[in-house]
Formats: sequence, C-alpha cells, structure tokens
Amino acid sequence: SLAGLGNFVQDVLWCFSQVKGTIDIGVAEADIISTVEFNHTGELLATGDKGGRVVIFQREQESKNQPHRRGEYNVYSTFQSHEPEFDYLKSLEIEEKINKIRWLPQQNAAYFLLSTNDKTVKLWKVSERDKRPEGYNLKDEDGRLRDPSMITMLRVPVLRPMDLMVEATPRRVFANAHTYHINSISVNSDYETYMSADDLRINLWNFEITNQSFNIVDIKPANMEELTEVITAAEFHPHHCNTFVYSSSKGTIRLCDMRTSALCDRHAKFFEEPEDPSNRSFFSEIISSISDVKFSHSGRYIMTRDYLTVKVWDLNMENRPIETYQVHDYLRSKLCSLYENDCIFDKFECVWNGSDSVIMTGSYNNFFRMFDRNTKRDVTLEASRENSKPRAILKPRKVCVGGKRRKDEISVDSLDFSKKILHTAWHPAENIIAVAATNNLYIFQDKVN
Amino acid sequence: MAAPLGSGARAQETGQEKQDMQEKEPITPERAEEVKLKAKYPSLGQKPGGSDFLMKRLQKGQKYFDSGDYNMAKAKMKNKQLPSAGPDKNLVTGDHIPTPQDLPQRKSSLVTSKLAG
Repeated sequence: SLAGLGNFVQDVLWCFSQVKGTIDIGVAEADIISTVEFNHTGELLATGDKGGRVVIFQREQESKNQPHRRGEYNVYSTFQSHEPEFDYLKSLEIEEKINKIRWLPQQNAAYFLLSTNDKTVKLWKVSERDKRPEGYNLKDEDGRLRDPSMITMLRVPVLRPMDLMVEATPRRVFANAHTYHINSISVNSDYETYMSADDLRINLWNFEITNQSFNIVDIKPANMEELTEVITAAEFHPHHCNTFVYSSSKGTIRLCDMRTSALCDRHAKFFEEPEDPSNRSFFSEIISSISDVKFSHSGRYIMTRDYLTVKVWDLNMENRPIETYQVHDYLRSKLCSLYENDCIFDKFECVWNGSDSVIMTGSYNNFFRMFDRNTKRDVTLEASRENSKPRAILKPRKVCVGGKRRKDEISVDSLDFSKKILHTAWHPAENIIAVAATNNLYIFQDKVN
Repeated sequence: MAAPLGSGARAQETGQEKQDMQEKEPITPERAEEVKLKAKYPSLGQKPGGSDFLMKRLQKGQKYFDSGDYNMAKAKMKNKQLPSAGPDKNLVTGDHIPTPQDLPQRKSSLVTSKLAG
C-alpha cells in the first residue's frame, strides 16, 4: 500500500463535522453504540446501543446563508426499542443490545425501520405530528368530559398547528422464531419481505405477518458435536429479490437463490479463497471468520471483513476475491495477546461508499481505514476529541511496525485495544460518514471548497 | 528435536531449540504467536481454534439454576427464621434463599441516551 509515503495527496480531504455523546471517564455499558445506519436518502441517521435504545438524527436543511455548512445532523427521535428479558424456560438471559438497524425505503410521510436484538425483530414507525384537533364538542381542551346538558351549540373541530412532535411506535413485533442469536437482518428489494439470520438459521418474514416465518437456511447438524461452522452475516441482493448471501465462521460465503427450492441449504454459489497450508496455525480459522458481508450498490460485488483484511469478491468468480486489503496486518504478530484479551473475536463491519469506489472499515485505537478501489490508495484516520474543531481536516495516521518511530507515528504496542471502531456508515450519495467510537458518534464530511 | 508446529505435538521450547528451528525453517508471525500461546496454556485443545468458540458463542446468555444449591440452602434455613425481602431486597447473602424475585433485575435503560442530549 502507498500509506507508507509521507504526504501523499488525497483526492478527498475529510473534516470533522460533529460528535454526539459525552466525554465519560468510565463509559456505562448501556451507552456503547452497537449499530449505525443511514436511511436510503441519507436524510436520517440511526444508532442503536447496548441499552436497547435507538436515537435517530435528521439532517437539517442546507441554508443559503451558510453555504459552507453542510447540513448538520440533529436529534429527531429517540426511543427504547428493546428491553432485557429472561427466558425462564431455557434459563437464558436476553440482552437488550440492538444488534442491527435497517431502514425501509420511504413510501409515505412516515419512516419505518427494523431493529433487532438477539431474539426479537421489531418494526418501528416514526412519524411527525404538527397539528392537533381543537374544539371538540364532548370534551374540553384538557380532555375532561363536558356535561352534555350544558352543551347548547355544535361546533366543528379544527386542526391547529402545534410544536412538532415526533412519535415512534412499534408496529410489528417478530418474536419467537430464533433459537440462536440474531446477527443480521436485511430488507428485501421487493419491500414486502425481509430476512433475519442467527448462528444456524435464516428466516424469511413478510412485514405484515408476525406469527409465521419461513425457514430458508438451516445449517444445524443433527448431532451438535459435529458443528463446525456458524452463520455470521447475511444480506439480500440489492436488486434481485430471490438472491441473498450468507457468510460463515470458516471464511466462506454462500449465495442462494430462493427460486430453486424452499429450503436453501444448497448454495447456488460458494465463495472461498484457497488457503496456503503452510500458513495454517491455531489462529487461522478464528481470523478467517467473516464478521460482515455487504453487497455493493451495483449488486455486482460483495465485500467481506475478517479479522485482518477486507476482501472484494466478484459474484462471477467463486474461487478467490478480486481484491484484498490489509486493515492492520501488524496485528499478526500480536495474535497471542489478542486471543488472551478476546480482541481476536471482535466483529468489525465494513461499508461501501455510494459509488462503490471506496470501502471503509474500523480498527483499534479509534482508527478507521478507507481503501480507494480505483487508485489503490488507502488512508488511516482517527476519531478523536482532539481533532474535533469544526471543519478541522483529519490528518492521516500511521502505525509504526518496527524500526525507528517517526514523531507523528504510533507504535503497535501503544495502540489502545479498548478503543475499537466496529460500526461505521457512509451516506448513500455524499461523502459524509458516521463513525461509532464506543459511546461517541462522530460525523465527518469531505471538505467543501 | 523440535516437533513441527501445528501437528498437535507439543515442543518443549528452550531458547536454543527455538533458535535452531528458526534457522531451519522460517516461522510465520502467526506460527510464532501460536507457539507463545501453547507455551502459556499447554492444555489448550489440540484441534485448531474453532469448535470450542462456536459452542461458547451458541451458549451466550445461558444462566443456570442449581437445584442442589437451592435445596441445600432451603434445608439450612429450615430452623432459622426466613428474613423478609425488605429494603435489602437486592442483597443476597449465603443464608438467604434467592428466588427469581429477589435477584437484582437488570433494568432497562429508562434514562435517555446521551447521544440525544
């Protein structure tokens, strides 16, 4: 990679825009952000946290008076999506942590999103109310019933403006369909169905029906002793409503076509990179486990994230990825301690930009990485309060892997492994990114000239 | 003679042997890390890291009620007066039989997210 060169010119300069959240000495577990997602227009940005709460930000209209200020994101709505539960029958504690949020495309004035914890998916409706009826006949303005014998006139209630109120209501609850822990949800391009995937099974739902779902993938072995791999992520194709992919803990991806059979246990395509047997070690399988899989917007490619790399695969070529990017290869010589502190099991996500030309993923020390697929250039940036002056340009960061450390570099041993960027999101059309750094949400934008 | 790594046989690593191996065949960083790990945890499973973690992953959230402990505590309490679940409701001592109602409940966050502050 060209990241070693000192001051290479980037095509895009990223600037700090906003940061949400507080500076806490000790971060409360509930405040840890667990998912970030823009809606299809980029107007809304949703976050979910370990405390089961969802916060939705809305981009303010750009003002002609301040053309330099791209629309900022302000709080639009917040609600408690999931609560902790205890399944007494199975002696199982169910976390309220929001694993994923996925937006539905907007079809009317209201916004709809799916949010899920380990066991239950919920469809939330977020709608605005800016008028209220006044002048009822049978009750007064406080809602108290009027004495009917005192009513002498009939009047027609009128709608009067009120302060904008944004309400979130749970419209559907899709429960009791997953024995194992849900890791993914994905809205289908038909806008009628969606899937939910757990460690061993994938279910297909209709938005209107909550008491039934179709099981479309089941990899549970008859004898659990024979279990060798689990499903780690799943996603529908962006255009073909019959096609979806799911990734596994063994580093493989399967593409399935729902037209071939009701139960898609037999894949239509199987993506796996051949392994060099001389490289095999105790850690091989763990670090090959895919933590995220995402279709490109075009639908031609899929991107996968494993512990040390991001890979781009062409749907037409199953035997190896077309591109492999090293996220933090210097961790290869730290695997022993990363295993001991469990960091080796961290599940990083990855995202495409709107034009599929750049991909982004997180790392440790609040670093995140971007790879330009065309120029093959990459950059490491940091989400930190120190770089949080408005419109401050982010300076590329560099990890020193050995030898003499330059002044602005950081050595591998100084990296803070508790500061992990697992969740990021990229605006569907513009260069605006949202980066979740533990309990803080950073929003960066490209420099406006 | 040092055994090849990853074959399941444990090598008793002395500094000299390790050096010899490094001269004979180049060790990848991953293998070197594996050697370090197995030196620290000799009882680590011989099968490559995989299945154990899968089972652990599937069992996340499992909390077990031990009926033996419960009945032992109940028997001990037979002759003593059962303390009422008063103000110290969340305090579970060895002499008090925990019931589902007494265990500290994990409350949902009734506090608004600080992101919305």
